[in-house]
Order: sequence, then structure tokens, then C-alpha cells
Amino acid sequence: MTRTAATRDGYGQALLELADNDKVVVLEADLGKSTKSLHFRKEYPERTVSCGIGEQNMLLVAAGMASSGYIPFASTFAIFTERAFEQMRNGVARPNLAVHLCGSHGGTHTGTDGSSAQSIEDLAIYRTLPNVTVLHPCDDVSTRILTKRLAESKNPSYMRTARNKTPVLYDDVPEESIQIGKGIELKSGNDVAIVACGVLVSEALKAAEMLAVEGIHATVVDMHTIKPLDTELIEQISKRCGCIVTAEDHSIIGGLGGAVAEHLSMTSSTPLERVGVKDRFGESGQSDEMLELMQLSAPHIVKASHRAMQRK
Amino acid sequence: MQHTIAELEELARKCRIEIVKMVYRAQAGHPGGSLSEIDLLAGLYGTIMRVRSDEPDWSDRDRFILSKGHASPGMYALLAERGFISHEDLKSYRVLGGVCQGHVDMKWCPGVDFSAGSLGMGLSFGMGCAIAAKLDGSERRAFVMLGDGEIQEGSVWEAAMAAAHHELGNLKVILDRNRIQNDDFCETQMRMFDIPAKWKAFGWNVKEIDGHNMNEIIDGMNYLSETNDGPTILIAHTVKGKGVSFMENNPSFHGAAPNDEQYALALSELGVEL
Repeated sequence: MTRTAATRDGYGQALLELADNDKVVVLEADLGKSTKSLHFRKEYPERTVSCGIGEQNMLLVAAGMASSGYIPFASTFAIFTERAFEQMRNGVARPNLAVHLCGSHGGTHTGTDGSSAQSIEDLAIYRTLPNVTVLHPCDDVSTRILTKRLAESKNPSYMRTARNKTPVLYDDVPEESIQIGKGIELKSGNDVAIVACGVLVSEALKAAEMLAVEGIHATVVDMHTIKPLDTELIEQISKRCGCIVTAEDHSIIGGLGGAVAEHLSMTSSTPLERVGVKDRFGESGQSDEMLELMQLSAPHIVKASHRAMQRK
Repeated sequence: MQHTIAELEELARKCRIEIVKMVYRAQAGHPGGSLSEIDLLAGLYGTIMRVRSDEPDWSDRDRFILSKGHASPGMYALLAERGFISHEDLKSYRVLGGVCQGHVDMKWCPGVDFSAGSLGMGLSFGMGCAIAAKLDGSERRAFVMLGDGEIQEGSVWEAAMAAAHHELGNLKVILDRNRIQNDDFCETQMRMFDIPAKWKAFGWNVKEIDGHNMNEIIDGMNYLSETNDGPTILIAHTVKGKGVSFMENNPSFHGAAPNDEQYALALSELGVEL
């Protein structure tokens, strides 16, 4: 049976593995138990800064530490990073200080906490910031590997992780195959290309199986890096499949779908269908119920694939 | 290098002249808050500040964070007088490609440790510098200049609470209490009631001085330098626009440049032979 895990656990594990580098520091805003930075705090309390329930302060304390040669990893819920957006913009991105911000509990998949906790705009807003790398990995393994790669980066970053468990896809893959800025082709077909991120990657794989029953061969890409977008791969699959479907647990405005649309608008007339939250807020519900309510689950990706293929 | 009071006063006077010139040339900028802070900047850099103008990126330097980043002409004038940048550089204030960006920017100007321009951010950044210094086992300090209007930003108090919690004795704030903000007097825009009591209640060491009396400024700087049992704030009572009669205590000169006539008057008041 496939192992399942939450991506936030991969983040927590990576911080521990990074601890040998004594420049790595962790900042928390009273949610370390949830974002999983608590494991680092337990082992390395002297390198963990509690900022209380104060996200704006946390981002800039991290910036000050980065300017002094440290590698700060700051985390809170995705939704609460947003109240520090201007700190991220003016205090981190603008001077290009390599602060790594992790927003856990992103998307409607977060579930029963309800709409106030379900960030559906984080990828869009951070993607607008120059210098900032934006990641949304799909399983705990890739989250762990990508988090470790961030420590080597000279740029700031935003990474969304998820609260709830999803299937683990990369248990047996070599670490070198997971690189910032490089999408991963999980399945190759010629009829439609499904480009997904985060919790919808496993839904995209399910959709591809459903399409296969109909004799439709789908490509599935895990686009864990939203920015910089792997445009080379987009070009390849666009040419090979002739239509693209994006899938994300995020607003259809400005996220992965937006990024792919912006790119395609300059290079081709490849039909694009975007599966995402349709400009509305969520509500309380279980993860699977939310994916259904928001029309993000595999059957909806299948329908979008049909629409995209009809437009070829 | 120790300076006499007369030398520090002369340093501030020279800076005031440059502030007026910069804002006049650019026909934009913030003279009021630059003139109110400049005696404090001269006092800080002329006494306790450990920096090297020939090695502005020296890793063990004290950090200076001008959180009220609009008062950049004051900072640039001081940096020029202390040899971090040239007087020629001052002509680049607000000019395309210039090291003297509208608001102080660490990516553009040597001697600037923080890219400011949005209020309420510098104290948090300074806190990060102070924590990093402690982790490094370094004696370096972080000095942060706040405006009084600026402390209306809620994030300042997030930082104030956190700095006391973390017992950051190497974090030092100077508050430029000039009583005027962008639109009008602070008293009209947002009353702040007992400011020293607020900082004390947040766990800070507090001292008040006259921010234009160089004797008191030197005492204040020594107090900042010698008080290390937690974060410390020097509340400096100042006059916005100090040194130029028509700018003094005048909200219109928070963010406005003098015209030709006003420029000549300002320079003559500052002792420039025209």
C-alpha cells in the first residue's frame, strides 16, 4: 500500500538534517507544533527564535539575521504569512535577503478549520515578488529535499506545505532528480498534459488512470516550483500533447494556472484549462470533501482534460 | 576618535547645510525629519558607533538602522561627512541611478544597513541583527532610529515585546520625538499618550533627553552604550525642521522642498556665505 504523509513533516525533517550547518536558524510564530519546526526547536533551542504571535516581526527578524550571515527558516500557517506580505516585499525580497518562509496548512485541503485558515492566494501573491522562489511540493520526500536545497540558495523563498496526508510519490527516487525550478514528469502521454502542484499531484495521477481507461494517454507533471516556472518543460509538453490542464488547490487567479497561462500567451495558442478554486472562499469540511466541493478532485481534472482536448 | 562638543555641533551644522541642498536640488524629499534627527546622528557616529568608513561592510561593525527611512538626507549627509560616500554622491539624491535613493537602501549606499521606506520595520530588523550578534558571540550592537509617528505602526510593538522577551541588551533605539508626522501634528493625527511609560511597560530601559543639546546627547549615547541588561531606548525630544526658522515645527516641511527664496534664507540661517 502506498505510504501517505503530510508535506509539513518533510519540512520538519529537513530542518533537522540542515542543523549541522550552524548558520541555519529557525523562527516561529507560536505554530511550531503545526508547521513542524518544533523538532528543530527541541534539539537546537539556542538557534530557534520564538516571535510569539507576531508574523510581521518574525519576517524582519529573519531578514536582520540573513543580513548578518545566517540562513533563517521562518514558518507559520500559509494564511498568516500573508499579513506580513509587505514585510516580505520590502524587507526581504527587495534587498534580496535569503529568508526562507514556509506557509503550512495551505489550500482548502486544510479542511475543517474553515475558510479563515484556507490560504488560496499565497502562491499568487508571492509569485509577484522579484527575487522570490515559490515552491509547493506534493509529498514529504520532495518537501524535505527541496527545503534542504533552499539552504544553498542565495534568494529568498516561499514554500507552501499542507496540513493533511497525501500519497508519497518519491520514496525510491534519487535526490538529484528533485531540483528547484525543474518540473518532474511522472507520466508520459501524447493526448493531454496535466500540470499539477501540491496536494493535487496525486489527484492528477488518479485522473490520468481514469483517462487511460478511456484510451486517453495523459502526461502528468509535478510542477513543485511555481517560480521560476520550468518553461522548457511547458514548451515540450505543449508541443507533444497539444493541450494543457493545470491543477492546484489555489485560486485559479494568479497561481500555477496563471503562471502557465502567462507563459503560453507569449509562445503558442495551446488550449489551457485551469482546475483551481473558482474565485470563491472555502468552508469547513474534510480534505476530500473540500476537493470535491471546490471541484478539484480527479473527476474534475478528467472533465477539464476533455474540455482541453476538444479545443485542440 | 573622540570629538569635542563644538566639533559635533559643527558636524551637525555641515550636515544641515547638505540636507537643505539635497532637498532643494531634488525639489522633493523630507527636510523636517532630517533636521530633527541630525544632532542625534552626529552624536551617535561621533561617540559610540563602531564603524569603519574605509571598510563599510566590516562584519563586526555596529549596525545602524534608519527605520524612519524618509529622513534619508540626514543619513546621507552624515555618511558624506564621515567619509562613507563622497559629497559628489549627495548630488545623486533621488536621481536615476544614484546611490542616494529616495529612502535609504542597503543595496545602493555604503554604510546603510537596512533598506527602509516603509515605517514600522526597522526595529524588527535590528532585533534580527542583535540576535545574530549574540549567536556570533560578538560585541557588536544594533542601533535603530525610530520616528515618533512611526510608533503608531502596530508591528513596532510586536518587536518591542519580542526584544524584551529575548533580553537583547545589544539592541538600542533612538526615538526622534519631533511631534509632527506626514499630515499634521502627532497630537492631532494620533495621540500617543505616555510614550516613556509604554516602553517601560514593555520591559525596556528608558532615558529622555533634549535631542538638540549636544551635552545631553553625549550623555544619552553613553547611557545607550553602557546599559546592557535588556533593550534600551533613548527618547530624544526634538524640533522638526530644527535650524531653519520657517521649517521649525511646521508640518508643511515634513515632505516638501524649499523654493529659491526659502533656500537662500535657509542657507544664510545655517551660516553659509552666499
